[in-house]
Amino acid sequence: MIAMLTVPFSALAAAPEPPPGASSCSGCHATRRADTAVPPLVGRPASDIIAQMQAFKSGQKPATVMGRIAKGFTDAEIQDIANWYAQQK
Amino acid sequence: MRANGSTRREFLASASATALSALVAAPALAQATPRVAVVGGGFAGATAARALKKADPRIAVTLLTQDRTFTACPFSNLVIGGLRNLNQQQFGYDNVAADGIEVTFATATQVDPQRRSIGLGSGSALAYDRLVVAPGIDLDWGGLPGYTQAAAEKMPHAWKAGEQTLLLRRQLEAMEDGGSVVMSAPANPFRCPPGPYERASLIANYLKTSKPRSKLILLDAKDTFSKQRLFQNAWKELYPDHLEWVPLSQGGKVTSVDPSEMTLTTDFAKHKAAVANVIPPQKAARIAEVAGVADNTGWCPVDPVTFESKRVPNIHVLGDAIIAGGMPKSAFAANAQAKVCAAAIVKLLAGEPPSQPKLINTCYSIVGPNYGITVAGVYVPINGVLTDVQGAGGVSPVDAPRSVRAQEALFAEGWFNTITGEVFG
Repeated sequence: MIAMLTVPFSALAAAPEPPPGASSCSGCHATRRADTAVPPLVGRPASDIIAQMQAFKSGQKPATVMGRIAKGFTDAEIQDIANWYAQQK
Repeated sequence: MRANGSTRREFLASASATALSALVAAPALAQATPRVAVVGGGFAGATAARALKKADPRIAVTLLTQDRTFTACPFSNLVIGGLRNLNQQQFGYDNVAADGIEVTFATATQVDPQRRSIGLGSGSALAYDRLVVAPGIDLDWGGLPGYTQAAAEKMPHAWKAGEQTLLLRRQLEAMEDGGSVVMSAPANPFRCPPGPYERASLIANYLKTSKPRSKLILLDAKDTFSKQRLFQNAWKELYPDHLEWVPLSQGGKVTSVDPSEMTLTTDFAKHKAAVANVIPPQKAARIAEVAGVADNTGWCPVDPVTFESKRVPNIHVLGDAIIAGGMPKSAFAANAQAKVCAAAIVKLLAGEPPSQPKLINTCYSIVGPNYGITVAGVYVPINGVLTDVQGAGGVSPVDAPRSVRAQEALFAEGWFNTITGEVFG
């Protein structure tokens, strides 16, 4: 009965959920210090991330894997992911 | 009381539990501190534990894993090829525990989905509201006649990194120049689809540089494989005298092995090996079968939105153990799935609907020094299956210059450092 009086668990108090696709990025783009040539996304301006992703998507910017990955995302999804990473610390 | 009661009903609705299990499990669900247990401390399990704790520190997360040191399989082929040390593959759980995760070194031997309880080898039990099973693979002893655990001491599989990796490396080092290395690759599905071909490349690189009169023969139970044209072009260019691939249609399927004779037998020939590397058929590790989440294929069907088992409610399954549609059995995929699963569990614990996810996979293979190739994919759930997004993904360009191969080799190393940092750092 004591348990019944406690506050029910709610997702409202949880950290905001990343938009679709965003959580996969940190497999390569480090969210903590790592020895890699791949640039971090955390804290980068959203406009910068969007510009890079669009350039990868169109093929304008030469790439290894990012061209192939960017083609799997809509403009709206890219925008959401960019806004999310821009806000992360 | 009323408000709390409705919350409880929401939990139960999402759990689709039986009336009996509902009665048993209900008290736990009314608590403000939900309990999630994670079985398996690899790329999937450790990622899931950390992502859950990060998303909501109020969740009590327990990570159950057998060994105090995790030895990573990605890049372990470089150890076999003499280009890397095993200790660069090894990670502990101190930083995972420092996140506030209860790390328990024990073997899960039983799962009672009705009582939502895990039995440990020590005899104790652990209760959960939701369970994440991320156990990796077991070798299917009995899947290849003659290949037993004892045989693996003479003919290593090295498909779980650690002592087996070192054993194969030592055998290659001890082999006389001129000796023949015979590898056997299994039919699909198995852990790390490009892995056998990366390994063959790196052993051939070792032979070319250190045992030039030796040769590797790769006997394959398949006619096609991951990144095939890229590998074959690289072999022609780099290892024309040191690597021969024998596909299924040319008698490549190994039907039995004999460790005392050091032979691998196909329908067409008996191959005598100085060093034999047998990669046998595989299945989801035993705890998946014990928990009832594996089906008769030996692998685990899951819902692609939440990674909840299609067979047992409240148990989520991740990584190499699952049937993941278009996603391969890779560390990258395991890590990506774990983060999506953790977000879904936070929602489910609160009785809210999980979001539709999108996932990425990228697999690097090292074919030789400064020579890397990739396959990538983007996936969404369609009709209950993780499906490739059309127009995205694919392999490195076949005609790319060596500078691109060098760049991919560099990014491969960066990937390993980043992902192991996220999971264990």
